[in-house]
Amino acid sequence: MNNFSYQRADSTEDAIRMAQQPGAKFIGGGTNLLDLMKGGVERPQTLIDVSRLQLAQIEQLGDGSVRIGAGVRNSDLANHAAIRSAYPLLSQALLAGASPQLRNMATVGGNLLQRTRCYYFYDTSYDACNKRAPGSGCAARGGINRQHAILGASEQCIATNPSDMNVALMALNATVRVRGIKGERAIPIAEFHRLPGDRPDVDTTLAPGELIVAVDLPKSPFADHAYYLKVRDRASYAFALVSVAAALDLRNGTVHDATLALGGVAHKPWRVREAEKALIGKSLDANVMRNAADILLKGAQPYEYNRFKVELAKRSVVRALTIAGGVA
Amino acid sequence: MSDVTNDSAKIVGQGIDRADGRLKVCGAAKYSAEWSLPRMAYGLMVLSSIPSGRIARIDTQAAERTAGVIGVLSHLNAPKLPKIPPQGRVLSLLQDDQVHYNQQPIAVVIADTLEHARDGVRALQIEYAKSVAQLDFAAASKIAYSPGKIQGNDADSSRGDVAAGMRNAVYRVSQSYSTPFEHHNPMEPHATVAVWEGDTLTIYDSTQYISGVKNTVARTLGVAPEKVRAVCLYVGGGFGGKGSSWSHVVLTAMAARHVGRPVKLVLDRPQMFGPVGGRPNTEQKIQLGTTRDGRLTAMTHDTTSYTSQIEDWPDSSAMVTRMLYACDNQTTSHRMTKLHLGTPTFQRAPGESTGSYALESAMDEMAYAVGIDPIEFRLRNYAEQDQERKLPFSSKSLRECYRAGAERFGWARRNPQPGSMRNGHWQVGLGMAGATYPTRRSAAKAKVRLMPDGTAIAQSGSQELGTGTYTVMAQVAADALGYPVSKVRFELGDTLLPEAPNSGGSQTVASVSPAVRAAALAARGKLIALALQGPDTLWRGTDANDLDIVDGWLRSRSDQTRREPVAAVLARHGSVPIEADGDARPGDERQQYSMHSFGAVFAEVNVDRDLGIVRVQRVVGAYGVGNLLNAKTGRSQLMGGIVWGIGMALLEESLLDKRYGRIVNNNLAEYHVPANADVHDIDIIVVPEDDRIINPLGAKGIGEIGITGVAGAIANAVYHATGKRVRDLPITLDKLI
Ligand SMILES: Cc1cc2nc3c(=O)[nH]c(=O)nc-3n(C[C@H](O)[C@H](O)[C@H](O)COP(=O)(O)OP(=O)(O)OC[C@H]3O[C@@H](n4cnc5c(N)ncnc54)[C@H](O)[C@@H]3O)c2cc1C
Ligand code: SF4
Repeated sequence: MNNFSYQRADSTEDAIRMAQQPGAKFIGGGTNLLDLMKGGVERPQTLIDVSRLQLAQIEQLGDGSVRIGAGVRNSDLANHAAIRSAYPLLSQALLAGASPQLRNMATVGGNLLQRTRCYYFYDTSYDACNKRAPGSGCAARGGINRQHAILGASEQCIATNPSDMNVALMALNATVRVRGIKGERAIPIAEFHRLPGDRPDVDTTLAPGELIVAVDLPKSPFADHAYYLKVRDRASYAFALVSVAAALDLRNGTVHDATLALGGVAHKPWRVREAEKALIGKSLDANVMRNAADILLKGAQPYEYNRFKVELAKRSVVRALTIAGGVA
Repeated sequence: MSDVTNDSAKIVGQGIDRADGRLKVCGAAKYSAEWSLPRMAYGLMVLSSIPSGRIARIDTQAAERTAGVIGVLSHLNAPKLPKIPPQGRVLSLLQDDQVHYNQQPIAVVIADTLEHARDGVRALQIEYAKSVAQLDFAAASKIAYSPGKIQGNDADSSRGDVAAGMRNAVYRVSQSYSTPFEHHNPMEPHATVAVWEGDTLTIYDSTQYISGVKNTVARTLGVAPEKVRAVCLYVGGGFGGKGSSWSHVVLTAMAARHVGRPVKLVLDRPQMFGPVGGRPNTEQKIQLGTTRDGRLTAMTHDTTSYTSQIEDWPDSSAMVTRMLYACDNQTTSHRMTKLHLGTPTFQRAPGESTGSYALESAMDEMAYAVGIDPIEFRLRNYAEQDQERKLPFSSKSLRECYRAGAERFGWARRNPQPGSMRNGHWQVGLGMAGATYPTRRSAAKAKVRLMPDGTAIAQSGSQELGTGTYTVMAQVAADALGYPVSKVRFELGDTLLPEAPNSGGSQTVASVSPAVRAAALAARGKLIALALQGPDTLWRGTDANDLDIVDGWLRSRSDQTRREPVAAVLARHGSVPIEADGDARPGDERQQYSMHSFGAVFAEVNVDRDLGIVRVQRVVGAYGVGNLLNAKTGRSQLMGGIVWGIGMALLEESLLDKRYGRIVNNNLAEYHVPANADVHDIDIIVVPEDDRIINPLGAKGIGEIGITGVAGAIANAVYHATGKRVRDLPITLDKLI
């Protein structure tokens, strides 16, 4: 770990102003950033602690939507009564992630920005990682890529976004509210994370120095029929090989609306509206579900160690829909 | 001295709490990295990042100029060590510029603080001249060679006529099984603190063998062993990885000498995947032949494992096949092949864990081929004596283990048809396998001191790996002395104490407890003799044989109302402690008998029909392991072994990148060991077994047998659930969908 200075922000304005210093980085729970600093992957000069800002509220807004402060801890969010009843998908996804100790520290802002778990990104002994050292190559492509992407990857990078929360936020049509020196803006979750393209070092569309202040969830029609399925190598405390956030608005056994997002398969939570449309107006039978899964996985391109993920993802979609729809 | 101490010996066997439990949960137990000494400096090992080649340039100037850095050791300035023929491990001690594996120690940076040492490491400039590395096991296997011997046994064995046995067989199974490269990953990383005072060296090291540390360091540095003292009060898990003294131990001593200050050096987690050994991967080919009614006519078991470029370390997976089942015609072999990786080493039940997976899978395959129950198949081939050595077993309760385990598990409800048992989308499978581990014993010494205050101190230079050595040795001494266990303290972990063997091979209890008992009996005899002496003794005219010590009181056997606290005897004689030594070693019983523990493991798994997820719902293990000296710590050992077996079956694998020769999942987030959620019911049965041949306490080792058989039982259960035979560990979901 390099030497750095630590500053505590007292207001969001303060935090944003401090963030204009070169080499400055926000720190929330630190559960990802500190690990990366210890490994020499991240080397900030200044850490701006945003965990004491007044960003830890969960508020009901007038239009039925909910605003979650960026500083809310993952455990608090998962166990919040309003979230559990209106957005069980989010609660399930959070509880499927990490461990209780980590969830007690981790914040919403930090979770949105947690970086890939690609082995070659974490261990600086590898000389090829475009995400860590742009232009150096991608050791994962010809290496061990069991946890890597099968969708939306690029020649430069095949990493996945490891977050469970993000997958649920994708299925719930969340909006990320961010504030910078030019003011506040709202970024739809689908546009928040990027595909790697030729800039795998850039994970999101957040501008440098911008602070995440909240995540908004629109009123959800999915409270009764939602399921987060996480498939992983060990029963807990492991990142997803594949995860599915399935949310259904079911009326009299017919799908009125649906969202489906996949985790563990791409550089961002993966959603394809056509796959969801293929469910709408139908009742959930095996063919309908499998068809949606096929559409969602269209164009999948696996690598040496993750060939199994394509079929696994499809079956996981079917399983998640089955449970969400209560048709098992 | 009569071998019978008193009528009420009973502390041994009780599940009393760990002597060090409280210290550990309070953080008061002092682990090796926790020794801090005046003027102590911090060392960090720098490891190579290429698998093969040489160090073309190493520029230490910038590092040496970094704030706080007080020294950098590399091959450029490291003192030349005496050239001695290798004995034990071949270490990487900065003697030349050659790189034989990725993560090989190539420098040590020493600074006044850990942070400064890290800065120094970053400032080092290293350039390599790479050469071609062999990292492809399959390719390298084509030039595998025989190690000749494996821990004193021949690498190959042959009896009867295998070709004829195979020809005569009605059923044949011929399959290959593979097990992955694994690493120990104890919670406590390797850690060493070295202090020179003049020409004497003290080393605080996390080790399974303090005398090994002392001797290795003395020999390697060319100093007299009497000048080296090794100390280790607690080990936070060793599992074989700390059974050898690896490079960092000697390097810490070299670094301390280089800077003239005490040096502490602790490995970080990624450094645990290379320079300190691991379980080598194995490829095992097994052939079985049987008669129509399932009697084995031939067996072959041929294994290949990797070793490093610098040392031959053969795996011993086929050993178990030599003795477990009755079969007249058999060959086994062990081969190794060299890769550019760190040398592998002992890891919990080396050989038996991996070998039993392969053998017990093949046995299950054969039971299906013959069409009989897997337990019945094993019973038909029950070995009444050691097949290879043609010796009787000192004890063997495997029949009883099969019976008791099957009953507890509910084996009878199993429908043998694969895929026949279901529960929703879960396919249910029940499988079993045999477990076994040799009963080892080495020479050990101990001392017992009876203190004037009525307490006793027993000592032996053994180790506490978290297994309960402090606790059970106090129990053994208490019984032999006739003292309450609360009055007995056991001391270990210092080479100034009487010498004890390596805490490896599950031999600590079998080796050390007879020595402790002998010392305690001798001290007891001296106390009784002393009690009879002097003009003012209560016991004038009493026969020594009439005197007993019970619960810390000297007492007449013929008149139990006559008694006196032991402290009173010592007070009468000037309050001088009584000391006695004990020395115990195995005798020729080891040539007359074959000595092993046996067990039977039963597993119930649920396999997700669509997603391939495997959950181990239940494990029942029944073991014949002689006497348990402490019911609680003993069960914990067996249970811990089973938990590790679950990990071995389903999770553990060090993923090797064949281009770099590095383990990519070199941390505990990505190297999966079971989490609580992976472990459900574990039920342990210890069948009664009274074996007085193995050692005076009749205790067989229990540190390792628990892991054996578990992967086999789970693999067999997965087959029963799904009809899919996974012959390649770990059984991850991609192998089932
Ligand atoms: C062993 C382990 C296992 C894990 N398993 C899982 C798992 O199974 N599933 C899962 O989803 N996650 C898992 N995680 C990851 C965990 O969820 C993240 O580390 C956590 O959510 C990050 O939150 P944090 O507040 O600690 O972020 P930090 O580490 O503090 O920050 C992460 C990043 O976010 C930035 N940041 C933080 N707050 C803000 C803000 N308000 N505005 C702008 N930028 C900000 C920081 O600058 C930094 O770049 C695991 C982590 C570990 C260590
Ligand atoms: S996949 Fe991305 S993060 Fe991983 S090595 Fe390649 S470039 Fe780096």
